[in-house]
Amino acid sequence: MDQRERVVEIRGLEKSFGDLDVLQGVDLDLYREENLVVLGKSGSGKSVLIKIMVGLLRQDAGSMKVFGQEVAALNKKELNALRLKIGFSFQNSALYDSMTVRENLEFPLVRNVKNLTRGEIDRRIEELLDGVGLPQSINQMPSELSGGQKKRIGVARTLILNPEIMLYDEPTAGLDPITCGDINNLILEVRERYKTSSIVITHDLACAKQTGDRMAVLLDGQFKAIGTFEEVFPKATDERVKSFYDYNFINS
Amino acid sequence: MAGEAIDRKPLLSKKLDKFFTGLADAWSFVKRFFQEVFLPPYEFKEVIHQCYRIGVESLPLISLTGFIVGIVFTNQSRPSLSEFGAASWLPSLISIAVVRAMGPLVTALIAAGKVGSSIGAEIGSMKVTEQIDAMEVSATNPFKFLVVTRVLATTFMIPLLVMYTDFVALMGSFLSVNKNELVSMSTFFVQVFESITFLDVTSSIFKSILFGFTIGIVGCYKGYNSSKGTEGVGRAANAAVVMAMFLIFIEELLVLQIVNAIRGM
Repeated sequence: MDQRERVVEIRGLEKSFGDLDVLQGVDLDLYREENLVVLGKSGSGKSVLIKIMVGLLRQDAGSMKVFGQEVAALNKKELNALRLKIGFSFQNSALYDSMTVRENLEFPLVRNVKNLTRGEIDRRIEELLDGVGLPQSINQMPSELSGGQKKRIGVARTLILNPEIMLYDEPTAGLDPITCGDINNLILEVRERYKTSSIVITHDLACAKQTGDRMAVLLDGQFKAIGTFEEVFPKATDERVKSFYDYNFINS
Repeated sequence: MAGEAIDRKPLLSKKLDKFFTGLADAWSFVKRFFQEVFLPPYEFKEVIHQCYRIGVESLPLISLTGFIVGIVFTNQSRPSLSEFGAASWLPSLISIAVVRAMGPLVTALIAAGKVGSSIGAEIGSMKVTEQIDAMEVSATNPFKFLVVTRVLATTFMIPLLVMYTDFVALMGSFLSVNKNELVSMSTFFVQVFESITFLDVTSSIFKSILFGFTIGIVGCYKGYNSSKGTEGVGRAANAAVVMAMFLIFIEELLVLQIVNAIRGM
Protein backbone atom coordinates (compact mmCIF):
# COMPACT_ATOMS: atom_id res chain seq x y z
CA MET A 1 0.00 0.00 0.00
CA ASP A 2 1.51 3.34 -1.12
CA GLN A 3 1.56 5.77 1.82
CA ARG A 4 2.27 8.92 -0.24
CA GLU A 5 -0.42 11.62 -0.38
CA ARG A 6 -2.73 11.19 -3.34
CA VAL A 7 -3.67 14.45 -5.07
CA VAL A 8 -5.65 12.80 -7.86
CA GLU A 9 -7.64 9.61 -7.53
CA ILE A 10 -9.37 8.12 -10.58
CA ARG A 11 -11.60 5.09 -10.24
CA GLY A 12 -13.57 3.26 -12.92
CA LEU A 13 -13.67 6.30 -15.19
CA GLU A 14 -15.68 5.88 -18.38
CA LYS A 15 -16.18 8.26 -21.27
CA SER A 16 -17.68 7.70 -24.70
CA PHE A 17 -18.21 9.94 -27.71
CA GLY A 18 -21.12 8.46 -29.63
CA ASP A 19 -20.27 4.83 -30.32
CA LEU A 20 -16.60 5.33 -29.45
CA ASP A 21 -15.72 4.19 -25.93
CA VAL A 22 -12.62 6.26 -25.21
CA LEU A 23 -12.14 5.45 -21.55
CA GLN A 24 -13.42 2.10 -20.33
CA GLY A 25 -13.18 2.12 -16.56
CA VAL A 26 -9.69 3.44 -15.88
CA ASP A 27 -8.05 3.66 -12.44
CA LEU A 28 -5.11 5.94 -11.72
CA ASP A 29 -3.49 7.85 -8.84
CA LEU A 30 -1.25 10.88 -8.89
CA TYR A 31 0.89 11.44 -5.80
CA ARG A 32 2.19 14.73 -4.42
CA GLU A 33 5.26 16.07 -6.25
CA GLU A 34 5.20 13.15 -8.65
CA ASN A 35 5.59 13.40 -12.42
CA LEU A 36 3.25 10.86 -13.96
CA VAL A 37 3.41 10.31 -17.70
CA VAL A 38 0.33 9.04 -19.53
CA LEU A 39 1.36 7.43 -22.79
CA GLY A 40 -0.84 6.26 -25.58
CA LYS A 41 -1.59 6.43 -29.26
CA SER A 42 -3.30 9.48 -30.75
CA GLY A 43 -7.01 9.36 -30.02
CA SER A 44 -6.59 6.95 -27.13
CA GLY A 45 -8.26 9.31 -24.65
CA LYS A 46 -5.20 10.75 -22.88
CA SER A 47 -6.32 14.35 -23.28
CA VAL A 48 -9.88 13.41 -22.40
CA LEU A 49 -8.61 12.18 -19.06
CA ILE A 50 -7.07 15.50 -18.06
CA LYS A 51 -9.95 17.50 -19.52
CA ILE A 52 -12.28 15.63 -17.17
CA MET A 53 -9.89 16.53 -14.34
CA VAL A 54 -10.43 20.28 -14.88
CA GLY A 55 -14.13 19.98 -15.66
CA LEU A 56 -13.86 20.74 -19.39
CA LEU A 57 -15.50 17.36 -20.04
CA ARG A 58 -17.75 15.26 -17.86
CA GLN A 59 -17.32 11.52 -17.39
CA ASP A 60 -20.15 9.07 -18.17
CA ALA A 61 -19.36 6.92 -15.14
CA GLY A 62 -16.75 6.47 -12.44
CA SER A 63 -15.01 8.86 -10.10
CA MET A 64 -12.43 11.61 -10.59
CA LYS A 65 -11.26 13.08 -7.30
CA VAL A 66 -8.79 15.95 -7.15
CA PHE A 67 -7.59 16.91 -3.68
CA GLY A 68 -10.33 14.64 -2.39
CA GLN A 69 -13.09 16.55 -4.22
CA GLU A 70 -15.28 14.78 -6.76
CA VAL A 71 -14.91 17.07 -9.80
CA ALA A 72 -18.29 16.23 -11.35
CA ALA A 73 -20.09 17.07 -8.10
CA LEU A 74 -18.62 20.57 -7.75
CA ASN A 75 -20.70 23.67 -8.41
CA LYS A 76 -19.35 26.44 -10.64
CA LYS A 77 -17.71 28.37 -7.79
CA GLU A 78 -16.08 25.27 -6.29
CA LEU A 79 -14.90 24.13 -9.71
CA ASN A 80 -13.26 27.50 -10.36
CA ALA A 81 -11.56 27.34 -6.95
CA LEU A 82 -10.22 23.90 -7.86
CA ARG A 83 -9.12 25.08 -11.30
CA LEU A 84 -6.91 27.70 -9.66
CA LYS A 85 -4.90 24.87 -8.12
CA ILE A 86 -4.42 23.18 -11.50
CA GLY A 87 -2.27 24.51 -14.32
CA PHE A 88 -3.18 23.25 -17.78
CA SER A 89 -0.58 23.55 -20.52
CA PHE A 90 -2.35 22.99 -23.83
CA GLN A 91 -1.02 21.04 -26.81
CA ASN A 92 -0.92 24.12 -29.05
CA SER A 93 -0.10 26.43 -26.14
CA ALA A 94 -3.48 28.19 -26.55
CA LEU A 95 -1.93 31.63 -26.11
CA TYR A 96 -4.45 34.43 -26.69
CA ASP A 97 -3.64 35.64 -30.22
CA SER A 98 -4.81 39.19 -29.70
CA MET A 99 -2.75 39.78 -26.56
CA THR A 100 0.97 40.32 -26.00
CA VAL A 101 2.96 37.88 -23.86
CA ARG A 102 2.61 40.27 -20.90
CA GLU A 103 -1.18 40.45 -21.34
CA ASN A 104 -1.38 36.67 -21.72
CA LEU A 105 0.34 36.19 -18.37
CA GLU A 106 -1.58 39.02 -16.72
CA PHE A 107 -4.98 37.73 -17.84
CA PRO A 108 -5.51 34.94 -15.28
CA LEU A 109 -3.68 36.86 -12.55
CA VAL A 110 -5.73 40.06 -12.53
CA ARG A 111 -8.96 38.12 -12.76
CA ASN A 112 -8.27 35.79 -9.88
CA VAL A 113 -6.01 37.65 -7.44
CA LYS A 114 -7.51 40.84 -6.07
CA ASN A 115 -5.75 44.02 -4.93
CA LEU A 116 -2.47 43.48 -6.76
CA THR A 117 -0.48 46.60 -7.56
CA ARG A 118 0.96 47.18 -11.03
CA GLY A 119 4.44 46.63 -9.60
CA GLU A 120 3.50 43.28 -8.06
CA ILE A 121 1.95 42.10 -11.33
CA ASP A 122 5.02 43.16 -13.32
CA ARG A 123 7.38 41.51 -10.83
CA ARG A 124 5.46 38.22 -11.02
CA ILE A 125 5.42 38.28 -14.83
CA GLU A 126 9.14 39.07 -15.06
CA GLU A 127 10.00 36.36 -12.54
CA LEU A 128 8.07 33.74 -14.52
CA LEU A 129 9.47 34.83 -17.87
CA ASP A 130 12.95 34.57 -16.36
CA GLY A 131 12.00 31.13 -15.10
CA VAL A 132 11.12 29.90 -18.59
CA GLY A 133 14.12 31.69 -20.12
CA LEU A 134 12.21 34.24 -22.20
CA PRO A 135 12.41 37.62 -20.43
CA GLN A 136 12.93 39.43 -23.74
CA SER A 137 9.61 38.26 -25.19
CA ILE A 138 7.43 40.26 -22.79
CA ASN A 139 6.03 42.66 -25.39
CA GLN A 140 5.90 40.22 -28.30
CA MET A 141 2.72 38.86 -29.83
CA PRO A 142 2.23 35.06 -29.88
CA SER A 143 2.51 35.09 -33.69
CA GLU A 144 6.10 36.32 -33.32
CA LEU A 145 7.16 33.33 -31.19
CA SER A 146 8.47 29.93 -32.27
CA GLY A 147 6.67 26.70 -31.30
CA GLY A 148 9.04 26.04 -28.39
CA GLN A 149 8.78 29.63 -27.14
CA LYS A 150 4.99 29.41 -27.25
CA LYS A 151 5.10 26.25 -25.15
CA ARG A 152 7.31 27.99 -22.58
CA ILE A 153 5.05 31.03 -22.40
CA GLY A 154 2.06 28.68 -22.09
CA VAL A 155 3.74 27.01 -19.12
CA ALA A 156 4.59 30.41 -17.59
CA ARG A 157 0.94 31.46 -17.92
CA THR A 158 -0.26 28.37 -16.10
CA LEU A 159 2.33 28.90 -13.35
CA ILE A 160 1.26 32.46 -12.64
CA LEU A 161 -1.46 31.29 -10.26
CA ASN A 162 0.93 28.98 -8.35
CA PRO A 163 -0.83 25.72 -9.20
CA GLU A 164 -0.26 22.58 -7.16
CA ILE A 165 -0.90 20.26 -10.10
CA MET A 166 0.44 20.77 -13.62
CA LEU A 167 -1.16 19.07 -16.59
CA TYR A 168 0.93 19.02 -19.77
CA ASP A 169 -0.95 18.03 -22.91
CA GLU A 170 1.56 16.79 -25.50
CA PRO A 171 4.30 19.22 -24.42
CA THR A 172 6.77 18.14 -27.09
CA ALA A 173 4.38 17.62 -30.02
CA GLY A 174 5.61 19.25 -33.21
CA LEU A 175 8.96 20.35 -31.78
CA ASP A 176 12.49 19.52 -32.92
CA PRO A 177 14.54 17.13 -30.71
CA ILE A 178 16.65 19.91 -29.13
CA THR A 179 13.61 22.00 -28.20
CA CYS A 180 11.92 18.80 -26.94
CA GLY A 181 14.86 18.33 -24.58
CA ASP A 182 14.54 21.94 -23.39
CA ILE A 183 10.83 21.50 -22.71
CA ASN A 184 11.50 18.25 -20.84
CA ASN A 185 14.05 20.06 -18.68
CA LEU A 186 11.53 22.82 -18.08
CA ILE A 187 8.98 20.26 -16.85
CA LEU A 188 11.54 18.94 -14.37
CA GLU A 189 12.54 22.47 -13.30
CA VAL A 190 8.91 23.40 -12.70
CA ARG A 191 8.50 20.42 -10.38
CA GLU A 192 11.76 21.30 -8.56
CA ARG A 193 11.01 24.98 -8.17
CA TYR A 194 7.24 25.04 -7.62
CA LYS A 195 6.85 21.63 -5.93
CA THR A 196 4.06 20.65 -8.32
CA SER A 197 2.59 17.24 -9.05
CA SER A 198 2.29 16.72 -12.79
CA ILE A 199 0.59 14.61 -15.39
CA VAL A 200 2.37 14.66 -18.73
CA ILE A 201 0.33 13.45 -21.68
CA THR A 202 2.52 12.31 -24.53
CA HIS A 203 3.23 9.65 -27.10
CA ASP A 204 6.92 10.59 -27.08
CA LEU A 205 8.85 7.93 -25.18
CA ALA A 206 11.98 10.09 -24.88
CA CYS A 207 9.92 12.78 -23.16
CA ALA A 208 8.31 10.14 -20.95
CA LYS A 209 11.64 8.65 -19.92
CA GLN A 210 13.19 12.03 -19.16
CA THR A 211 10.30 13.60 -17.26
CA GLY A 212 8.33 10.78 -15.68
CA ASP A 213 8.67 9.11 -12.29
CA ARG A 214 5.96 6.67 -13.38
CA MET A 215 4.40 5.77 -16.71
CA ALA A 216 0.84 4.74 -17.42
CA VAL A 217 0.16 3.28 -20.85
CA LEU A 218 -3.37 3.90 -22.11
CA LEU A 219 -4.43 1.59 -24.91
CA ASP A 220 -7.93 0.71 -26.06
CA GLY A 221 -9.50 2.72 -23.28
CA GLN A 222 -7.62 1.02 -20.45
CA PHE A 223 -4.28 1.33 -18.67
CA LYS A 224 -2.32 -1.68 -19.85
CA ALA A 225 0.72 -0.99 -17.68
CA ILE A 226 1.58 1.38 -14.82
CA GLY A 227 4.99 1.69 -13.18
CA THR A 228 8.45 3.16 -13.64
CA PHE A 229 9.92 3.23 -17.14
CA GLU A 230 12.00 0.14 -16.40
CA GLU A 231 9.03 -1.71 -14.97
CA VAL A 232 6.74 -0.89 -17.87
CA PHE A 233 8.79 -1.05 -21.05
CA PRO A 234 11.80 -3.31 -21.27
CA LYS A 235 9.88 -6.09 -19.53
CA ALA A 236 6.56 -5.46 -21.23
CA THR A 237 4.53 -8.61 -21.78
CA ASP A 238 1.53 -6.98 -23.44
CA GLU A 239 2.16 -7.03 -27.17
CA ARG A 240 0.68 -3.55 -27.74
CA VAL A 241 2.81 -1.97 -24.98
CA LYS A 242 5.84 -3.77 -26.41
CA SER A 243 5.10 -2.56 -29.94
CA PHE A 244 4.63 0.96 -28.60
CA TYR A 245 8.12 0.77 -27.10
CA ASP A 246 9.62 -0.83 -30.21
CA TYR A 247 8.05 1.75 -32.50
CA ASN A 248 9.40 4.64 -30.44
CA PHE A 249 12.78 2.96 -30.06
CA ILE A 250 13.14 2.37 -33.79
CA ASN A 251 12.02 5.90 -34.58
CA SER A 252 14.37 7.50 -32.06
CA MET B 1 -40.47 4.48 -56.32
CA ALA B 2 -41.76 3.10 -53.06
CA GLY B 3 -38.21 2.26 -52.10
CA GLU B 4 -37.15 5.86 -52.76
CA ALA B 5 -39.86 7.17 -50.44
CA ILE B 6 -38.65 4.87 -47.66
CA ASP B 7 -35.07 6.09 -48.14
CA ARG B 8 -36.04 9.74 -48.01
CA LYS B 9 -37.87 9.56 -44.69
CA PRO B 10 -34.89 9.16 -42.40
CA LEU B 11 -33.04 11.92 -44.26
CA LEU B 12 -35.93 14.33 -43.80
CA SER B 13 -36.32 13.32 -40.21
CA LYS B 14 -32.58 13.79 -39.65
CA LYS B 15 -32.69 17.24 -41.23
CA LEU B 16 -35.70 18.27 -39.14
CA ASP B 17 -34.03 16.88 -36.06
CA LYS B 18 -30.87 18.85 -36.83
CA PHE B 19 -32.88 22.01 -37.50
CA PHE B 20 -34.83 21.85 -34.22
CA THR B 21 -31.75 20.85 -32.21
CA GLY B 22 -29.92 23.84 -33.69
CA LEU B 23 -32.85 26.10 -32.87
CA ALA B 24 -32.96 24.89 -29.27
CA ASP B 25 -29.20 25.30 -29.03
CA ALA B 26 -29.36 28.86 -30.34
CA TRP B 27 -32.18 29.68 -27.95
CA SER B 28 -30.22 28.42 -24.95
CA PHE B 29 -27.25 30.53 -26.14
CA VAL B 30 -29.45 33.66 -26.20
CA LYS B 31 -30.93 32.72 -22.82
CA ARG B 32 -27.44 32.31 -21.37
CA PHE B 33 -26.52 35.79 -22.61
CA PHE B 34 -29.43 37.33 -20.69
CA GLN B 35 -28.54 35.30 -17.60
CA GLU B 36 -24.89 36.32 -17.65
CA VAL B 37 -25.17 39.96 -18.71
CA PHE B 38 -26.50 41.14 -15.34
CA LEU B 39 -24.19 39.04 -13.17
CA PRO B 40 -20.76 40.24 -11.95
CA PRO B 41 -17.90 40.39 -12.76
CA TYR B 42 -18.54 43.08 -15.37
CA GLU B 43 -15.92 43.29 -18.11
CA PHE B 44 -16.24 47.06 -18.70
CA LYS B 45 -12.74 47.43 -20.11
CA GLU B 46 -13.35 44.73 -22.71
CA VAL B 47 -16.76 46.20 -23.63
CA ILE B 48 -15.11 49.58 -24.28
CA HIS B 49 -12.34 47.89 -26.27
CA GLN B 50 -14.92 46.07 -28.40
CA CYS B 51 -16.99 49.26 -28.83
CA TYR B 52 -13.88 50.93 -30.20
CA ARG B 53 -13.16 48.02 -32.56
CA ILE B 54 -16.72 47.73 -33.78
CA GLY B 55 -17.59 51.40 -33.85
CA VAL B 56 -14.52 53.44 -34.66
CA GLU B 57 -12.93 50.91 -37.00
CA SER B 58 -16.15 50.67 -39.03
CA LEU B 59 -16.36 54.44 -39.55
CA PRO B 60 -14.40 54.73 -42.83
CA LEU B 61 -16.46 52.04 -44.58
CA ILE B 62 -19.75 53.33 -43.16
CA SER B 63 -18.88 56.91 -44.12
CA LEU B 64 -18.08 56.03 -47.70
CA THR B 65 -21.10 53.77 -48.14
CA GLY B 66 -23.55 56.14 -46.44
CA PHE B 67 -22.32 59.08 -48.51
CA ILE B 68 -22.61 57.18 -51.79
CA VAL B 69 -26.05 55.83 -50.86
CA GLY B 70 -27.23 59.40 -50.20
CA ILE B 71 -25.97 60.67 -53.57
CA VAL B 72 -27.13 57.67 -55.59
CA PHE B 73 -30.60 57.54 -54.04
CA THR B 74 -31.08 61.26 -54.63
CA ASN B 75 -29.92 61.04 -58.24
CA GLN B 76 -32.11 58.00 -58.89
CA SER B 77 -35.20 59.62 -57.36
CA ARG B 78 -34.84 62.99 -59.07
CA PRO B 79 -36.09 62.01 -62.60
CA SER B 80 -39.29 60.40 -61.24
CA LEU B 81 -40.09 63.33 -58.97
CA SER B 82 -39.21 65.85 -61.71
CA GLU B 83 -41.73 64.20 -64.02
CA PHE B 84 -44.45 65.28 -61.60
CA GLY B 85 -42.78 68.63 -60.92
CA ALA B 86 -42.05 67.49 -57.39
CA ALA B 87 -38.24 67.75 -57.35
CA SER B 88 -38.55 70.13 -54.39
CA TRP B 89 -39.77 67.17 -52.34
CA LEU B 90 -36.42 65.43 -52.69
CA PRO B 91 -35.18 66.33 -49.17
CA SER B 92 -38.41 64.99 -47.64
CA LEU B 93 -38.33 61.79 -49.66
CA ILE B 94 -34.65 61.14 -48.95
CA SER B 95 -34.91 61.88 -45.23
CA ILE B 96 -37.88 59.56 -44.76
CA ALA B 97 -36.24 56.78 -46.80
CA VAL B 98 -32.88 57.16 -45.06
CA VAL B 99 -34.15 57.42 -41.48
CA ARG B 100 -36.90 54.81 -41.76
CA ALA B 101 -35.17 52.12 -43.77
CA MET B 102 -31.97 52.77 -45.66
CA GLY B 103 -29.78 54.03 -42.84
CA PRO B 104 -30.48 51.13 -40.47
CA LEU B 105 -30.48 48.53 -43.25
CA VAL B 106 -27.30 49.67 -45.00
CA THR B 107 -25.43 50.02 -41.69
CA ALA B 108 -26.65 46.66 -40.40
CA LEU B 109 -25.77 44.84 -43.62
CA ILE B 110 -22.29 46.37 -43.72
CA ALA B 111 -21.78 45.60 -40.03
CA ALA B 112 -23.01 42.04 -40.54
CA GLY B 113 -20.36 41.61 -43.24
CA LYS B 114 -17.54 43.37 -41.46
CA VAL B 115 -18.21 42.94 -37.75
CA GLY B 116 -20.28 39.72 -37.77
CA SER B 117 -17.76 37.81 -39.85
CA SER B 118 -14.86 39.11 -37.77
CA ILE B 119 -16.55 38.07 -34.51
CA GLY B 120 -17.42 34.64 -35.96
CA ALA B 121 -13.88 34.07 -37.22
CA GLU B 122 -12.17 35.39 -34.09
CA ILE B 123 -14.20 33.34 -31.62
CA GLY B 124 -14.17 30.34 -33.97
CA SER B 125 -10.41 30.45 -34.18
CA MET B 126 -10.17 30.79 -30.38
CA LYS B 127 -12.41 27.75 -30.08
CA VAL B 128 -10.43 25.48 -32.39
CA THR B 129 -7.07 26.53 -30.92
CA GLU B 130 -8.33 25.82 -27.37
CA GLN B 131 -8.01 29.46 -26.27
CA ILE B 132 -11.57 29.33 -24.93
CA ASP B 133 -10.72 26.19 -22.94
CA ALA B 134 -7.59 27.97 -21.66
CA MET B 135 -9.77 30.80 -20.34
CA GLU B 136 -12.13 28.35 -18.74
CA VAL B 137 -9.40 26.42 -16.91
CA SER B 138 -7.94 29.66 -15.59
CA ALA B 139 -11.28 30.22 -13.82
CA THR B 140 -12.38 32.96 -16.22
CA ASN B 141 -15.83 32.77 -17.72
CA PRO B 142 -15.14 32.84 -21.49
CA PHE B 143 -18.81 33.38 -22.30
CA LYS B 144 -18.82 36.58 -20.28
CA PHE B 145 -15.46 37.79 -21.55
CA LEU B 146 -15.99 36.96 -25.23
CA VAL B 147 -19.72 36.76 -25.91
CA VAL B 148 -21.36 39.19 -23.49
CA THR B 149 -18.82 41.95 -24.22
CA ARG B 150 -19.13 41.64 -28.00
CA VAL B 151 -22.91 41.44 -28.03
CA LEU B 152 -23.14 44.50 -25.75
CA ALA B 153 -20.69 46.35 -27.98
CA THR B 154 -22.64 45.66 -31.18
CA THR B 155 -25.92 46.48 -29.43
CA PHE B 156 -24.53 49.85 -28.28
CA MET B 157 -22.57 50.74 -31.37
CA ILE B 158 -24.89 49.84 -34.26
CA PRO B 159 -27.52 52.48 -33.26
CA LEU B 160 -24.74 55.09 -33.07
CA LEU B 161 -23.39 53.98 -36.44
CA VAL B 162 -26.92 54.15 -37.88
CA MET B 163 -27.31 57.76 -36.71
CA TYR B 164 -23.94 58.54 -38.23
CA THR B 165 -24.89 56.82 -41.51
CA ASP B 166 -28.17 58.79 -41.60
CA PHE B 167 -26.21 62.00 -41.21
CA VAL B 168 -23.60 61.10 -43.84
CA ALA B 169 -26.26 59.90 -46.31
CA LEU B 170 -28.20 63.14 -45.84
CA MET B 171 -25.01 65.12 -46.42
CA GLY B 172 -24.45 63.16 -49.65
CA SER B 173 -28.00 63.87 -50.64
CA PHE B 174 -27.60 67.55 -49.78
CA LEU B 175 -24.56 67.81 -52.04
CA SER B 176 -26.56 66.44 -54.96
CA VAL B 177 -29.63 68.61 -54.21
CA ASN B 178 -27.47 71.67 -53.68
CA LYS B 179 -25.70 71.15 -56.98
CA ASN B 180 -28.83 70.49 -59.03
CA GLU B 181 -31.65 72.36 -57.29
CA LEU B 182 -29.48 75.09 -55.73
CA VAL B 183 -31.04 74.48 -52.30
CA SER B 184 -29.16 75.88 -49.30
CA MET B 185 -28.11 73.69 -46.38
CA SER B 186 -30.54 75.30 -43.93
CA THR B 187 -33.49 74.92 -46.33
CA PHE B 188 -32.52 71.32 -47.01
CA PHE B 189 -32.28 70.38 -43.34
CA VAL B 190 -35.41 72.32 -42.32
CA GLN B 191 -37.31 70.23 -44.86
CA VAL B 192 -35.56 67.07 -43.63
CA PHE B 193 -36.51 67.62 -39.97
CA GLU B 194 -40.07 68.66 -40.87
CA SER B 195 -40.57 65.35 -42.65
CA ILE B 196 -39.23 63.06 -39.94
CA THR B 197 -41.58 62.14 -37.11
CA PHE B 198 -40.78 61.06 -33.56
CA LEU B 199 -42.00 57.55 -34.47
CA ASP B 200 -39.54 57.43 -37.39
CA VAL B 201 -36.63 58.17 -35.10
CA THR B 202 -37.65 55.86 -32.24
CA SER B 203 -38.46 52.97 -34.56
CA SER B 204 -35.14 53.47 -36.33
CA ILE B 205 -33.26 53.39 -33.02
CA PHE B 206 -35.24 50.36 -31.82
CA LYS B 207 -34.54 48.56 -35.08
CA SER B 208 -30.85 49.40 -34.88
CA ILE B 209 -30.60 48.01 -31.35
CA LEU B 210 -32.25 44.81 -32.58
CA PHE B 211 -29.91 44.62 -35.59
CA GLY B 212 -26.87 45.22 -33.38
CA PHE B 213 -27.91 42.51 -30.96
CA THR B 214 -28.54 40.11 -33.85
CA ILE B 215 -25.15 40.74 -35.47
CA GLY B 216 -23.34 40.23 -32.17
CA ILE B 217 -25.21 37.18 -30.95
CA VAL B 218 -25.16 35.39 -34.33
CA GLY B 219 -21.42 36.05 -34.80
CA CYS B 220 -20.67 34.81 -31.29
CA TYR B 221 -22.97 31.79 -31.57
CA LYS B 222 -21.49 30.66 -34.86
CA GLY B 223 -17.92 31.19 -33.61
CA TYR B 224 -18.53 29.57 -30.25
CA ASN B 225 -19.94 26.46 -31.91
CA SER B 226 -17.42 26.13 -34.68
CA SER B 227 -15.47 22.92 -35.09
CA LYS B 228 -13.33 21.02 -37.58
CA GLY B 229 -10.26 23.26 -37.53
CA THR B 230 -9.61 26.11 -39.91
CA GLU B 231 -12.34 24.97 -42.29
CA GLY B 232 -14.78 25.31 -39.41
CA VAL B 233 -13.56 28.85 -38.70
CA GLY B 234 -14.23 29.85 -42.32
CA ARG B 235 -17.66 28.28 -42.15
CA ALA B 236 -18.43 30.03 -38.87
CA ALA B 237 -17.50 33.43 -40.33
CA ASN B 238 -19.55 32.77 -43.45
CA ALA B 239 -22.56 31.45 -41.53
CA ALA B 240 -22.41 34.44 -39.18
CA VAL B 241 -22.82 36.83 -42.12
CA VAL B 242 -25.49 34.87 -43.96
CA MET B 243 -27.58 34.17 -40.86
CA ALA B 244 -27.29 37.74 -39.54
CA MET B 245 -28.32 39.23 -42.91
CA PHE B 246 -31.27 36.88 -43.17
CA LEU B 247 -32.44 37.74 -39.65
CA ILE B 248 -31.96 41.48 -40.25
CA PHE B 249 -34.38 41.36 -43.19
CA ILE B 250 -36.92 39.36 -41.17
CA GLU B 251 -36.64 41.84 -38.29
CA GLU B 252 -36.98 44.78 -40.68
CA LEU B 253 -40.20 43.28 -41.98
CA LEU B 254 -41.58 42.63 -38.49
CA VAL B 255 -40.69 46.10 -37.16
CA LEU B 256 -42.24 47.65 -40.28
CA GLN B 257 -45.52 45.85 -39.58
CA ILE B 258 -45.51 47.01 -35.96
CA VAL B 259 -44.65 50.62 -36.87
CA ASN B 260 -47.32 50.69 -39.58
CA ALA B 261 -49.85 49.37 -37.08
CA ILE B 262 -48.86 52.12 -34.62
CA ARG B 263 -49.04 54.72 -37.36
CA GLY B 264 -52.53 53.54 -38.30
CA MET B 265 -53.82 53.95 -34.73
